Amino acid sequence: MTSGIRFEDVSVAYGGTTVLDAFSLTVEPGEVMALLGPSGSGKTTALRAVAGFVRPAAGRVFIGDRDVTGLPPHRRGIGMVVQQYALFPHLRVEDNVAFGLKARKVNKGEIPGRVAEALEMTGMAAYGTRYPRELSGGQQQRVAIARALAVRPGVLLLDEPLSALDAQLRSGMLAELARLHRELPEVSILYVTHDQVEALTLADRIAVMDKARLQDCGTPRQLYRRPRTEFTASFVGNANLLPVAVGGAGVSFAGTPLKVDTGGAASGSTATLCVRPHLVGLGDGPNALRGTITEVQWRGATHRLYVDVGGRRLKADLRELRETPELGAEVTLHFAPEDAVLLGAGVTSDG
Amino acid sequence: MLVHSRTGRWAAWALFVVLFVPLFALPLLVILAASFSTHWSGAFPSGPTAGHYTAAVRGESLQALTTSLVTALTASLLALTVGTWAALAAAALGRGGKRVLDALFMLPVAVPSVVVGLAVLVAFSQPPLLLNGTRWIVILAHTVLVTAFAHQSVSAAVRRLDPMYEQAAASLGARPSYVLWKVKLPLLLPSLNAAAGLCFALSMGELSATMMLYPPDWMPLPVRIFTATDRGSLFTGSAVAVVLMATTLLVLLAVSRIRTKASYR
Repeated sequence: MTSGIRFEDVSVAYGGTTVLDAFSLTVEPGEVMALLGPSGSGKTTALRAVAGFVRPAAGRVFIGDRDVTGLPPHRRGIGMVVQQYALFPHLRVEDNVAFGLKARKVNKGEIPGRVAEALEMTGMAAYGTRYPRELSGGQQQRVAIARALAVRPGVLLLDEPLSALDAQLRSGMLAELARLHRELPEVSILYVTHDQVEALTLADRIAVMDKARLQDCGTPRQLYRRPRTEFTASFVGNANLLPVAVGGAGVSFAGTPLKVDTGGAASGSTATLCVRPHLVGLGDGPNALRGTITEVQWRGATHRLYVDVGGRRLKADLRELRETPELGAEVTLHFAPEDAVLLGAGVTSDG
Repeated sequence: MLVHSRTGRWAAWALFVVLFVPLFALPLLVILAASFSTHWSGAFPSGPTAGHYTAAVRGESLQALTTSLVTALTASLLALTVGTWAALAAAALGRGGKRVLDALFMLPVAVPSVVVGLAVLVAFSQPPLLLNGTRWIVILAHTVLVTAFAHQSVSAAVRRLDPMYEQAAASLGARPSYVLWKVKLPLLLPSLNAAAGLCFALSMGELSATMMLYPPDWMPLPVRIFTATDRGSLFTGSAVAVVLMATTLLVLLAVSRIRTKASYR
């Protein structure tokens, strides 16, 4: 069963506050779509609208070709994994995994095989007779995933599935999830997260959300390399956002002319230039900017410098320096013209 | 312990003994002592005998004991069913409906039980609902009285129940009735267990409402104790009281031994 997810102008409101505003998005069959946004951006609400736990005030939700907007959760044919796993504490691992099969009245003879298959797939085959309380967080999360996969859903909803795990376990589980998706290429996955690394690693496409609205949607590469809005630029990865004036063949920032691709932006308009901190270099080069160091952070593999250039703070992530630069020192930073992206061009300063 | 110094701990123990022994333990010990004696004219009872117990566990007293047990068990089960149902239904209602339902179930606690007994007597003395003179009117009155407690403790547990379990079950394709039987009730089992014990104990000791409406062939043990002491048979009454106490404690112990997997969370 292959089935995508389609939101058509879905709005959700709780007691007068709109938590999801005219949200439209299509998740293709077999695609991994990450909903990325800060807390309160409406991403979890969007997922719960697919699961059926919130009823949209307006709009429609489709799973495959089926309009599920009015269907109760148990008739939607989804699999879901939440942050706190929600394993049933009174059931053994194997009974937890069998729960969905029994609830759907799957042929009794078929259940043990499918439970074993799901546990095998998540590497939990040896833990079938344990109770959830006897498992670690990572193991519980694997069981929760096995339980959701055992019913063979066309759509898998993951609500911050890794945020209760520690950093090391999280990166291991990310690889596991990627492997699971390779093994089950027909399952569409909607993955809600506030962690850009999870979204960049796992997703085929990322939908960036903020203030109850969809801000941007594209492949991780598009969003990272060519963000269209300041919000996307700063939320997907780190960014220096510099206010610049467009003029001639480039832009000028704090009086310094910079050579960047203006993409046909009108001369005389103001815009924001986005430069990733790790693409900023120390010393002379193209698009050189002079400033004074206001803060130095040593992060092991890198040094982060905060440099004051014409009253603006520029971040530069540099490969670990031999000698830590001193505060207040004058330095020159540079970046390649093709590493900068001009955002929000088109508004003329005098019009 | 919150008290750290040695003298402080001794003082706490002393206070506990001074307060607890006279208030809680002594009256019960007096009853126990009285149940084994024939005279009590001095400071201590005299004329030790086990004779009151031979009377307390046969004949009318034995019948009263079984009457009490049957009444308490039936009333507790009914109360638990109704109370749980109401608590689950209230959780699904809005704020307003929930408050009305909670208040309604609190009424039998707020109203003196004599009044509840009288109300039940008046309400069920007319055809077509003529229960007066049958055992059912006693069981009904007990049910009304203890349902309030069952409802209260179960609805507290329902409030604490994390909705994520219900939602996880629903997302796996479980119908609401399946979720109720396989997830919600098992998770509520520890509270249901505790509520059952509470209801049973309350029903076993109920006197004031029962006095208003018990028929001659359905006399629960507390009424028997009351009539015995009222006639002046203080020592027999004490023996029956000890039997009542022991039976109730034994049943409560058995209920608390029912282990529930969900309590291992």
